[in-house]
Amino acid sequence: MAQTLEDLGPPSVGPPKSSFSIGKIWTDKRSRGIVIQVIAMAIFCAIVAYLAANVVKNFEELGKPFGFDFLKQESNYDINQTLISYNSQSSHARAAVVGILNTLLIAVCGIILATILGFILGVLRLSPNWLVNKLAYCYIEFMRNVPVLVHILLVHGILVHSLPHPKNAMNINDTLFLSNRGFYTPQPLFQPLFWLVVAAFVIGIIFAFWYRRTARIKQEATGEQSPVFWVMLASIIGLPILAFFLTGMPIDWQFPEQGRFNLKGGMAIKPEFMALWVALSLYTAAFIAEIVRAGIEAVSHGQTEAALALGLPRKRTMNLVVIPQAMRVIIPPLTSQYLNITKNSSLAIAIGYMDIVATIGGISLNQTGREMECMIIVLGLYLTFSLTISTFMNWYNKRIALVER
Amino acid sequence: MPNTQSAPLNYVPGEHPDLKPPIGQTGLLLWVRKNLFSSPFNIALTLATIYFLYVVIPPMVNWLFIDSVFNAGSRDECRELGKGACWGFIGKRLGQFTYGFYPIEERWRVNLTFVLFALALLPLLWEKMPRRRMLLWFSLAFPFIAMWLLLGGFGLESVDTDRFGGFMLTMVIGVTGIVFSLPLGILLALGRQSGLHFIRWMCTGFIEFFRGVPLITLLFVASTMLNYFLPPGTTFDLLLRVLIMVTLFSAAYIAEVVRGGLQAIPKGQHEAADAMGLKYWTSMRLIVLPQALKISIPGIVNTFIGLFKDTTLVVIIGLLDPLGIGRASLSDSKWQGLSTEVYVFIALFFFICCFSMSRYSIYLEDKLHTGHRNE
Amino acid sequence: MNLIKHVAATAAAASILLAGTVQAGTLDDVKAAGFLKCGISTGVPGFAFTDDKGDWQGFDPAVCKAIAAAVFGDSSAVKYTTTTGKTRFTALASGEVDVLARNTTWTFSRDTDLKLDFVGVNYYDGQGFMVPTELGVASAKDLDGASVCIQTGTTTELNLADFFRTNGISYEAVPIETNDEARTNYVAGRCDVYTTDASGLAATRSSLEDPSAHTLMPEIISKEPLGPLVRHGDSEWADIVRWTLNAMITAEELGVTSANVDKMATGTDNPEINRLLGSEGDLGAMIGLDKAWAWRAIKMVGNYGEVFEQFIGKETPIGLERGINAQWTNGGLLYSPPFR
Repeated sequence: MAQTLEDLGPPSVGPPKSSFSIGKIWTDKRSRGIVIQVIAMAIFCAIVAYLAANVVKNFEELGKPFGFDFLKQESNYDINQTLISYNSQSSHARAAVVGILNTLLIAVCGIILATILGFILGVLRLSPNWLVNKLAYCYIEFMRNVPVLVHILLVHGILVHSLPHPKNAMNINDTLFLSNRGFYTPQPLFQPLFWLVVAAFVIGIIFAFWYRRTARIKQEATGEQSPVFWVMLASIIGLPILAFFLTGMPIDWQFPEQGRFNLKGGMAIKPEFMALWVALSLYTAAFIAEIVRAGIEAVSHGQTEAALALGLPRKRTMNLVVIPQAMRVIIPPLTSQYLNITKNSSLAIAIGYMDIVATIGGISLNQTGREMECMIIVLGLYLTFSLTISTFMNWYNKRIALVER
Repeated sequence: MPNTQSAPLNYVPGEHPDLKPPIGQTGLLLWVRKNLFSSPFNIALTLATIYFLYVVIPPMVNWLFIDSVFNAGSRDECRELGKGACWGFIGKRLGQFTYGFYPIEERWRVNLTFVLFALALLPLLWEKMPRRRMLLWFSLAFPFIAMWLLLGGFGLESVDTDRFGGFMLTMVIGVTGIVFSLPLGILLALGRQSGLHFIRWMCTGFIEFFRGVPLITLLFVASTMLNYFLPPGTTFDLLLRVLIMVTLFSAAYIAEVVRGGLQAIPKGQHEAADAMGLKYWTSMRLIVLPQALKISIPGIVNTFIGLFKDTTLVVIIGLLDPLGIGRASLSDSKWQGLSTEVYVFIALFFFICCFSMSRYSIYLEDKLHTGHRNE
Repeated sequence: MNLIKHVAATAAAASILLAGTVQAGTLDDVKAAGFLKCGISTGVPGFAFTDDKGDWQGFDPAVCKAIAAAVFGDSSAVKYTTTTGKTRFTALASGEVDVLARNTTWTFSRDTDLKLDFVGVNYYDGQGFMVPTELGVASAKDLDGASVCIQTGTTTELNLADFFRTNGISYEAVPIETNDEARTNYVAGRCDVYTTDASGLAATRSSLEDPSAHTLMPEIISKEPLGPLVRHGDSEWADIVRWTLNAMITAEELGVTSANVDKMATGTDNPEINRLLGSEGDLGAMIGLDKAWAWRAIKMVGNYGEVFEQFIGKETPIGLERGINAQWTNGGLLYSPPFR
């Protein structure tokens, strides 16, 4: 009580008193901060120690060892979609890698498709055409207000139930097949000379970027514009095609054909992948559409009018004035949508797509009984993904933000 | 200039006949022309949309309403009566979809809880309600009353949480998550803004961890791993573990929303509060938080919508939410293969709940917006 | 200071309320709680399902009921916890359940590495295949290139990988979480073959629209001894579960049924029946129960054969034959150690 009264009194003018009293620690803002932090740290450490002690005790009591040695053991199970070679004699670690790649695949594919669909929908939502506008609105509201798990199950159910059996697969020219076992395409078999085509592609890219730089330098120096786009297109796409024909088309195609049960050969996109991809993209696209709409609406109309008044053509107004400003509004929420797509891909487990949660966090966990280790791996991996994506997007965001100044 | 000055003003009302506006410049026709057929591109877009609707809508309406069967005892009966959806299945299992395995003779308690929930919601949503202040105390007490009603004890027959299921389980998880994650989220947000390094570091770590991992992995942690962190031999209810995880998860998201609100408060407000000699908590309670929360309400409601939708994930760890009930019911050989009906039905439920929540948030946003302008 | 004390006391009280501690032996805890915590599956036709009232029934819950009857004399004193393939062992290890009666295969690593104790076998099963008859497949070895639906989290996927590898044929695995979904996918034609334990296949087949349109392959590719299990390290509790199961098996062998158990309990010429039902000696005391423990289990739940016929036998839609699950006296594998 005494201290508070003293505080309320007139401020002392003289030098701070050097006398020490315990009450001072609490009334002084800085020392109080330290005390609070020390207490918080002590509580935090105590809780962590308590939990850790419990874990150790539990493991001891159950007689279970803790360690990641089991990762080297044979996994003994098969995975239907593998981007790297894998079979049932491979290790659990390799199964985890297969799962990681599958997660990354669905995340990357989902991000691409959702972004494209989202931007189209966002623009349609701003369309002056009443019908299109309202249709986009209904779609967005339906998608956003229904759980993504229901979307995934619904799409998977529709794919599996309504697509034909492989025997009567929808068939385009005996090359592309669509059935409830997946979408089959011919598989390219590369012949030795194919590396020349790859080399041409790499050279094309390097040349394209060199050309763009020189063109920009030239434009800054002389004001003369070069046909950058067409030259880049020709060197990146034209050069490899030229090399492809010159080397005598060094690709063989292995076409899918009817086997006894399934289509044999070729490459297949499994219905589980399709369902997850489509459902995640459609769901996230609805959110992205709203973000895009808000972003474009945030650019004031005066900007467009000013650009037009300066004599910029419509397309350049869009590219140079509206979009760069809209992007600054769009990027941060877009980042969290990309993170969401990555995290939502874990729902794959509901339809049997073999991502991390289904491989190392699912079957491996079951077969080895190492819940703690497996869940640590899964959580760690997701944290890594999330931090990587947000770091990258933050970097991109900063780059764009600088343009403003 | 002189011309206009000298022009005589001799217009007599009624002298000139009223001309009708030219055809196509008003009314429906103008609207159609302006909104649907203003340019070739627009015409093409309109026609494409109409065709799309023509292809999609009639079969959908047929399946949903016209050919559907509302009263049937089994799937075979449904197929005999019509080619569309078999809503008879949903009708027969509606009790399970709503109450899960809650004992039939005790279902009135769930109904009462729903009614009380609506009552508790009213004063929160309707600001001009008479005696709002008193009723707000009831809203505050509601979670505890609901807990007593649903779990029993103190004079009611006790019901185990493994009996919970269906929409009731969705509501239990959703409402509990919302009620408890809001205060926790606010604390986390304040912690992340705090000047105390250790506290800030701890809150940031917590928030980033929970935002960085998918909810489903947290649910797996709750169902497989959490027991290792308790003293040996101790266990507690699976639903409680799930509730804790869901609350922590959504608290992390709310913390970020509230942080956005806090950052939008001008520094002057903090400084003014300090200058008045207000202590940290007083200045937060009276000056900063009311303003910050007002800004972040739409974001908070969006987080709640997300949380509500995410309650469906509990089916993956074996709790019987509507999806789980649907799954269990579909394993009855009488009703096999009706999964589409189940999903559509559940989608409808969530759409109604979430859409009304998002409408309410838009309404609030508009209201708060004008509030700022008037200041 | 006062406030802190108050909060601490409240927290301590709350944590005691929330967390039932299991410091002492499992039997004491079960007795103290007044009910048995039993882990079962989320639903396998015949083996575990809910009836119209929402009560769990089936071949697996019967084991829980028998134990509860032996311990409490009340077969309904059971709190069921549904577990998935993933959560079942944790649920048991953490004490969330006292006994796991869920079609779980007894394997070396589960018994040793996972620190669990299998107490016996209540169903001898094996993994089989079911295919639509129209595919004209005669043997599982003809399944080269087929899509196979499997339930994840089971030994099934390991056996499957082994079988196809040994025979040098390829397949596409379609992993699915639950039995229902696996069946849905099989019916929709997502896969050509459905593989799981033969009992499960029979149950699934019986629930299909036209069971005769689906054939079970002759190959049984694995041994799947299914049985109840308990935590490592509490042998007293393991004894109770083991001998309750054995009592049910022995009762069938000796012709004791739920109908005639009352009469037999008054004393018979057969000393083993007398020992089993407690009219001679006191076997119950040796496992910490009273004399009439086995009598109660048989009275309230029935002997092994009765339970079998009630839930999965020939008269039920599942329609399983006794086969190797017959008593050893009838050429089966059921062989309970003597009650002596």
